[in-house]
Amino acid sequence: MIAQLTKSERQSALVILLALAVVGLAMAAGGRHDPFGVHGAIVLLAAILGIFGVISGYYAPEPSPDRLDSYYDSPTKFGIIVAMVWAVIGMAVGDWVAWLLAYPEWTFDAAWASFGRLRPVHTSGVIFGFGGNALIATSFYVMQRTTRARLPDQLTPWFVLFGYNLFCIIAATGYLMGVTQSREYAEPEWYADIWLVIVWVTYFILYMRVLARRQEPHIYVANWYYLAFILVVAMLHIVNNLAMPISWGSAKSYSLFSGVQDAMTQWWYGHNAVAFFLTSGFLGMMYYYMPKRAGRPIYSYRMSIISFWGITFFYMWAGSHHLHYTALPQWVQSLGMTFSVMLLVPSWVSAGNALMTLNGAWHKVRDDATLRFMMVAAVFYGLTTFEGSFMAIRPVNSLSHYTDWTIGHVHAGALGWVAMITFGAIYASVPWLWKRESMYSAKLVEVHFWLALAGTVIYVFAMWNSGIIQGLMWRTYNESGTLAYSFVDSLVAMHPYYIARAVGGAFFLLGAIIGFYNILMTIRSAPSVETQNAADFPVTGPAAAPALQPGE
Amino acid sequence: MTITHDLLVWLSKSFGLFYLIGLSLIVLVYTYWPANQKPFEHAAQAILDDDDKPYRG
Ligand code: HEM
Ligand code: HEM
Repeated sequence: MIAQLTKSERQSALVILLALAVVGLAMAAGGRHDPFGVHGAIVLLAAILGIFGVISGYYAPEPSPDRLDSYYDSPTKFGIIVAMVWAVIGMAVGDWVAWLLAYPEWTFDAAWASFGRLRPVHTSGVIFGFGGNALIATSFYVMQRTTRARLPDQLTPWFVLFGYNLFCIIAATGYLMGVTQSREYAEPEWYADIWLVIVWVTYFILYMRVLARRQEPHIYVANWYYLAFILVVAMLHIVNNLAMPISWGSAKSYSLFSGVQDAMTQWWYGHNAVAFFLTSGFLGMMYYYMPKRAGRPIYSYRMSIISFWGITFFYMWAGSHHLHYTALPQWVQSLGMTFSVMLLVPSWVSAGNALMTLNGAWHKVRDDATLRFMMVAAVFYGLTTFEGSFMAIRPVNSLSHYTDWTIGHVHAGALGWVAMITFGAIYASVPWLWKRESMYSAKLVEVHFWLALAGTVIYVFAMWNSGIIQGLMWRTYNESGTLAYSFVDSLVAMHPYYIARAVGGAFFLLGAIIGFYNILMTIRSAPSVETQNAADFPVTGPAAAPALQPGE
Repeated sequence: MTITHDLLVWLSKSFGLFYLIGLSLIVLVYTYWPANQKPFEHAAQAILDDDDKPYRG
């Protein structure tokens, strides 16, 4: 990997890592009586490992100018593997907390193993670790292909990837030590937030630099979605995390907001995290990989533009549907509800556009599990957005809020849409990236597909059932006008569904593990010389032959 | 000037409404502008090209 960097890039890498080491050391010293110090030590350790890495390759010969004849894909390869590692970790912890809900006594009496600490490890692990790495990796791939411009340098993409994963590690280890801002999906504390801003702005600038070098006059729509993801997440992250640390040596901080403003800021963030992290970025993925894999252009390019702007405008205003029946002014709730219902239109336009793209290629969908992942993702995207728009209607929300229905909705989106489209995109790109004819085993892709689908269906149906039962039990009155059931009664009624969900989750996790194995075996198999899929081969010239770079 | 609740409500009910309608119109005009159809078609097709090499000027 270091061999791919030019001399000056190696020097810059060392400077950055030394600076990071100094910061880590200062944190470790300043926060020695606090989890902050542990994080300092982790930062220091990461920087030292990085320094050793750079030094060990420092005197390797410089990369040849021929490298400019092909796209720079090593960061994408790395990102995909890391995404799969996080997928396995995040989903394993997800299944663990699922069992904890069925058997709450399984915490070994250890603070780190309590539900409250493990749950954010799950949510951050899957959303940021798995989803985020997959988005960054595929965005590097897509931005280069659609602009026909190589990444402008070799160092920045690595900075983004390593920096981002350092953030994820700080986040996950922090939760286990009890470090949290208590803002859902924004739990990491102030120092991690500042670091993420640096990484994220670098990512944004990198994307703009690639676009500035583009050879296509029009920017392909997938890039718009990726860019909206990057830009809006930056905005959300900065505003929602405005906080004052209690000292330079402590992990604890206090938000600048309070009361109902605080709640609104958090859910403006939270819902747009759904919109721009879990939706927009993955739509970008879909608009590239689905047409590519199906071998057909997107059904209606115009529809993709209109739904882009529809999603971007409407989502911004929908966050208040998380705060129905609260101290939030009624009109703000109504505003959020209205925009949520309107959101159905651009959402279904996107889902419909995807399915219409496949119309005429159903035989491919039948034979090709990779394409089937993408198709099922589009179906679940349509389903989840319909459900979401419905749940945002105030009286419906009075039934669904606080219940497992929300959890069912979340995972219809997370498993059915986010994870499925990601697996589809990964299975499509792994052979292209590593110049293999196909995946190591098409059968295992098929097995993964059915495990994932079965797991999702079991999970979602279990939660729909338990959610509705829970909601109804909480609002059933007896003749004397008091509640018919106690909370514990409803908890007992949930028990079988929690077991079912945990089993469904285990299917889904098993699928991901099989997928990871298949990917590793594909990488280990011999590269194909005569490849059927010319998608990733430079057309002419021995200079452009797919030479493996040292360190790959 | 202090920002009051009433002011925000007024803003969102007046300006808020019209700027969203305005933005929608701009998007629709852009999307259906005849001269834009060619680049759109080209972009949709171009990603299917198998020429997997960056451009070198
Ligand atoms: C093996 C698969 C998975 C299992 C078993 C699982 C399990 C769980 C469990 C038990 C919870 C806590 C529910 C509660 O507090 O009542 C949860 C929450 C959550 N999970 Fe998963 N999960 C899985 C995969 C995923 C994936 C792939 C994503 C995202 C891409 C995801 C995103 C979330 C989110 C956002 C929440 C928080 C929901 C909320 O607060 O409303 N999960 N998951
Ligand atoms: C038109 C699109 C959508 C609308 C209008 C919508 C609406 C809603 C509503 C009303 C809630 C429940 C709020 C509450 O009672 O607290 C919710 C929760 C949630 N939705 Fe959606 N949804 C949409 C699409 C999606 C998609 C595609 C995902 C992707 C994974 C998703 C992920 C989530 C998550 C993670 C939560 C839980 C938030 C929390 O309480 O922690 N939503 N959504």
